[in-house]
Amino acid sequence: MCRTTDLRQAVLARNDDSARALRAELAARGTVAVNLLSSPGSGKTALLEAELALARAREVPVAALTADLATENDARRLARTGVPVQQVCTDGLCHLEAVMLRGYLAGWLPADTRVLFVENVGNLVCPAVYDLGETLRVTLAAVTEGEDKPLKYPTAFGLAQLVMVTKTDLAAAVGFDEDAFLGNVARVNPGVDVVFTSAREGRGVGTLLERALAVRDGAAAHRPVMAAAQAAPGYSPGGPLGESGAHAHSAPHPATAAGAGPRPHHEHEHEHGHGHGHGHPMVDRL
Amino acid sequence: MHEMSIAAAVVDQVERAAREQGFTAVATVRLDVGELAGVVPRALDFCFSLVCEGTALEGATLTTRSVRARARCAGCAVEWYAGMPPDLGCPGCGGGTRVELLTGRELRIRGVEWAEGPLPAQG
Ligand SMILES: Nc1nc2c(ncn2[C@@H]2O[C@H](COP(=O)(O)OP(=O)(O)OP(=O)(O)O)[C@@H](O)[C@H]2O)c(=O)[nH]1
Ligand SMILES: [Mg+2]
Ligand SMILES: [Zn+2]
Repeated sequence: MCRTTDLRQAVLARNDDSARALRAELAARGTVAVNLLSSPGSGKTALLEAELALARAREVPVAALTADLATENDARRLARTGVPVQQVCTDGLCHLEAVMLRGYLAGWLPADTRVLFVENVGNLVCPAVYDLGETLRVTLAAVTEGEDKPLKYPTAFGLAQLVMVTKTDLAAAVGFDEDAFLGNVARVNPGVDVVFTSAREGRGVGTLLERALAVRDGAAAHRPVMAAAQAAPGYSPGGPLGESGAHAHSAPHPATAAGAGPRPHHEHEHEHGHGHGHGHPMVDRL
Repeated sequence: MHEMSIAAAVVDQVERAAREQGFTAVATVRLDVGELAGVVPRALDFCFSLVCEGTALEGATLTTRSVRARARCAGCAVEWYAGMPPDLGCPGCGGGTRVELLTGRELRIRGVEWAEGPLPAQG
């Protein structure tokens, strides 16, 4: 008979703790962090260049940190605006984590910074999982990427507090279906604002800075449905109905909700593993 | 592939628990992974075996339980499986302001099954 321990620990507990601490630290000194997520090449740097230049013209103290797998190209581009810029080379790591960010800010971030823009590694999968201590999380998608990106990357778009569409100057050329995109965003993140921008034409430039400053001054940022479960203190994974959420990940899902109304909860369970664990009876059922 | 970082976080936490509780070897680690957690269980499995090498978890089995995303609208008292890709708009009122995600974002170590520790080294 094996001995078992119920741990019930969030795997990302340490990152989440660091993120919470960093958010509080930044807030105490009057800085809000904005975490920018998108696939590679969506136009994060181009939009940031415009926002930083605008902030500089308005004499709003801002700073930017940009993370890339390699090269300092983005930092060079951003630094031309004259605001403090820090390049982070992740050396192959696909995302930033809160402790890393905190380490890079120490001794660098100017004390009077009101908005810290963080350009995450171009990637819609991994960075979505890590809270960096931001107060505003922004997910961007270029019109050239297609309307279905919110459905293909539900975690990235579902956790966004603001969605920005970029490169709208190319919308006609690629036949971008705005309504389809908005519908897909609303499905994974009902209520989130979607802002249309073109760094090329200057459309929507300034919105990001204004939203960030508003949040800094106490305006409530959008609260995504998907973020709630994660944030809820002391939640139990089974929810009020116990374990009914557990199922085999290979099992087909019933057609999705629209118009389907409430459904009975089936209890499926499947242990996915390798080695001798397969088929072991569950010792520590919650 | 952030599953490597996730696997490392799991190993780190289990090793910590092992030290605290005086165990030296691990048979099984049980995880809950919500379908909206942003983690691919199969990739995690693969990374887990790599990260375990040379730790107290070497040879341990990772058992992953997938948790479906379930949402509820407080306004309509309607509850539904969000599906994948998730539909988080309320099927009753069409809105999202009172929608709550009940499950589906878990990324959690449920428990650990300890193995007997190795025999003390001879000489
Ligand atoms: N037409 C058009 N092109 C744009 C716009 N914004 C960016 N681009 C182009 O898109 C390409 C990628 O832009 P970046 O700003 O480097 O994108 P990024 O998201 O920072 O890329 P990574 O940091 O590598 O992930 C460049 O060739 C830009 O010139 C825009 O508004 N319109
Ligand atoms: Mg860039
Ligand atoms: Zn409703």
